[in-house]
Amino acid sequence: MSEASGSLRTLEADAAARRIRRNWLLSLPALALLLVGASGPLLIVLVYSFLKPGDFSGVIWEPTFNAWFQILFSRDIFDDTIGLADAHLTIFWRSVRLSLSTTLITLLLGLPTAYFIATRSGRQRMFWLFLITIPFWTNLLIRTFAILEMLRNEGIVNNALIDLGVITEPLQILYTDTAVLIGMSYVYLPLMVLPLYAAIERLDFRLVEAGYDLYANRVQVFRRIILPIIKPGIVAGSILVFVPSLGAYVTPRVLGGGKNMMIGNFIELQFGQGRNWPLGASLSILLLFIVMAALLLYVRASSREEPHG
Amino acid sequence: MRTSLLALTAAATLALSAPAFAAGELNIYNWGNYTNPKLIEKFEKTYDVKVTLTDYDSNTTALTKIEAGGHGFDIVVPTNNYVPIYVEKGLLLETRPDQMENFKNLSKQWQDVTWDPNRHYTVPWQWGTTGVAVDTSVYGGDINTSAIFLDPPAELVGKVNVVPEMNDVINLTLFYVGGEACTTDKTVLRKVRDTLMAAKPKWLSMDYGTTDKLSSGEYKATVNWNGSTFRARLNNPKVAYGYPKEGYPLWMDSVAVLKDAKNVENAKLFQNFIMDPENAAMISAFARYANGVDGSEAFMPEEMKTAPEIVTPEALRSAGKFLPTCPPESRDLYTAIWTELQK
Amino acid sequence: MAERARKSFSVRQLPGVTPITMACFAALYAPIVIIVIYSFNAGDSVALWQGFSFRWYAIAAENELVQEATVRSLVIALWASGISTVLATMAALGTTRTAKFPGSTFIYVMINQPLMVPEIVTAVALLIFFASIKVATGYSGLGYLILAHSAFCVPFAYLPIRARLEGMDRTLEIAAADLYATPWQTFRRVTLPLVLPGIVAGAMLAFVISLDDVIITEFVKSAGQDTLPTYMLGQLRRAVTPEVNAISTALLGLTILLLTAFFLLTGRGNDKKP
Repeated sequence: MSEASGSLRTLEADAAARRIRRNWLLSLPALALLLVGASGPLLIVLVYSFLKPGDFSGVIWEPTFNAWFQILFSRDIFDDTIGLADAHLTIFWRSVRLSLSTTLITLLLGLPTAYFIATRSGRQRMFWLFLITIPFWTNLLIRTFAILEMLRNEGIVNNALIDLGVITEPLQILYTDTAVLIGMSYVYLPLMVLPLYAAIERLDFRLVEAGYDLYANRVQVFRRIILPIIKPGIVAGSILVFVPSLGAYVTPRVLGGGKNMMIGNFIELQFGQGRNWPLGASLSILLLFIVMAALLLYVRASSREEPHG
Repeated sequence: MRTSLLALTAAATLALSAPAFAAGELNIYNWGNYTNPKLIEKFEKTYDVKVTLTDYDSNTTALTKIEAGGHGFDIVVPTNNYVPIYVEKGLLLETRPDQMENFKNLSKQWQDVTWDPNRHYTVPWQWGTTGVAVDTSVYGGDINTSAIFLDPPAELVGKVNVVPEMNDVINLTLFYVGGEACTTDKTVLRKVRDTLMAAKPKWLSMDYGTTDKLSSGEYKATVNWNGSTFRARLNNPKVAYGYPKEGYPLWMDSVAVLKDAKNVENAKLFQNFIMDPENAAMISAFARYANGVDGSEAFMPEEMKTAPEIVTPEALRSAGKFLPTCPPESRDLYTAIWTELQK
Repeated sequence: MAERARKSFSVRQLPGVTPITMACFAALYAPIVIIVIYSFNAGDSVALWQGFSFRWYAIAAENELVQEATVRSLVIALWASGISTVLATMAALGTTRTAKFPGSTFIYVMINQPLMVPEIVTAVALLIFFASIKVATGYSGLGYLILAHSAFCVPFAYLPIRARLEGMDRTLEIAAADLYATPWQTFRRVTLPLVLPGIVAGAMLAFVISLDDVIITEFVKSAGQDTLPTYMLGQLRRAVTPEVNAISTALLGLTILLLTAFFLLTGRGNDKKP
């Protein structure tokens, strides 16, 4: 008896080991590509964050924690007192706030749009999918300029609002956070719609209809049937919108008028005109760790919720 | 669909393989939208050389890429205050333009310059000034002052743009408060910071694209380069260019040959080629800046010979200063002020 | 009865969905309309209308630089979306619909890593890394750009595919295996059709992300490797002309033509719900 259950256990262990090997083998090519083309070279940046800035570019190979110290504390250039680097905190907070708002807006607009596309019949679905990506085949910069053209004081948005009698004087939308928000929501919308579509498309509408037939009310149908299906899509879309928009660069610069930086612009400044690579490096490593920690927390929470996820 | 996919894959495979070789090659790395295609065509015809042009958008990007190596460029066109950095880092080849045939065409004032003593490395591409552009239909007062953006008159409040060029803006402000370029004097820098912080709420934006927005009337005033203002004035005659009397930066983009260039002889030919007046005029006709070669005026478009953006008024000439290469200490201070300004 | 039937039918058309969608599409296409209009500008501005002309089309047609940049952008985007989608599909199949296994969280976080740092950081790191390889090997072709683009496209392809697969069970595959289908047959006939909408969504995202990339490309490109975005970036500081509008409009026209042909050719009588 004990022998039999023992071999059964080995069989199970074998199957588990095979499954793990298969999963790793399937993931390895992607990991290898990322190691060469993205994550591996970032080690250079990690090393740089512990060095001194070079005189005109690059770094000097002298180890120091200065850059890390600079993130939180700054030496006042006039009286040499050391205080909290409030400029960094302001920039960080603005980035988080704008990115969260962008995620929310794209979700509110993207969910109905993805639902609409997913409920079309086969070939029409492809048509609508293409329709949502085609605007993004034109260059980002030129699209941003077009949005700028629309939001101008004499642009079509203001003219339309005046013609409709909503306002009498043109609104200064351009070069404000509102303009950045509009621009980012535009740029990141497909990043929300496509994963949502991929998730919603598998919704079995017979199931929903059955739910209605069983006299469940709308809220119940949504919570019990629809939500579990689209939740992975919402998560994927939110990650794809929130995380890259934290580091957005072109939109805040062009539509925000460059008066107020976001993290992406600030880090760019360090690698560009500011010529302080170690500070840029340490800031981006910190950002990487914060986002990674948030993602890990999410994975933890969701795997506790649904053990098979 | 399947066949078109196949065709695309085939095209993609072709693109991966090496490009065809011409008799000679030259790889130029220059600012975007800055090189007259006709000039390149003429050079290619004259010397049977295939020229490849690649763009960059800032001095720092160019320097960073060239320092990293493996780029494949022969020629780069840094601004004057970046030339000593390239030289010090050993990135440039000493091509001795001063011994080239066409060197005699160079204006006297450009034959010996602080950033390249006796012209051992570089040849002028174009030079210009950084000043202010104002829409005179809105403001009719004195425009030859940095007060246009540092202490805007009531008519211009909320309608001023400042280009996000740290060096130009900080130095304009330094000159305005009576300081010197690259200073580390704290009392002066405090004035710089306070002036900028007090002025910022009166600005509309800090952005490029000034030619367009001056033309359309969106900016009533902006910190701007002279050539860009010239282009804007051709669209909007009310636009005028001011040379701040407190002091304004001069700059010169300079053609240099890289030490790891593969086509050194062609690169030298190019340096000599652009010191010819007719060729230099082609450069200016395209980007609307002066070039530094005597006799090129004869070949230039009529409107350039008298343009107030190109011909600096005698009285304001001495206020223009070439920016030196600032040491790291002042750079750190400038970045700190800049960060506070844009936070 | 009749009322019940109508009510259950309306699940496919929840109130508000169609108007919001139409508003979204209108907003998405408004800037595109502006781009198209300004491509016919007689003046040299993208913001000041100075009359109608085909001037910029003529200029773009003569400018080899901008044409080559456009083709190069498309070639890189095709390669990058192809490579990243295949690898992301494999990774998604390896990391979903399976119990947690040692390293599964690690894989998930690593695949999403390119999203987590601003582009400029990856750009500088890649510049230094690739430059040393370029010096050592002497190869400076498009391969570096394709490699870099493929890498940062992986999460954009992976997440939609994962969203598709998550929570789906393996009943169908197990049934297929029980019926003695080979693993390849099972994949081809059962798994692939299941995951296909996710793959399509992922590939489309990867394609547009690669097409739009500017900063990483700017730092990784070698001599003569400008793409349309870096060509435009170079103009940003001087003056942006409607030349790129003309190129974009031409490209847009071509896309629409190809897609229309595709839908017309594959369409007839094929309009069934899968």
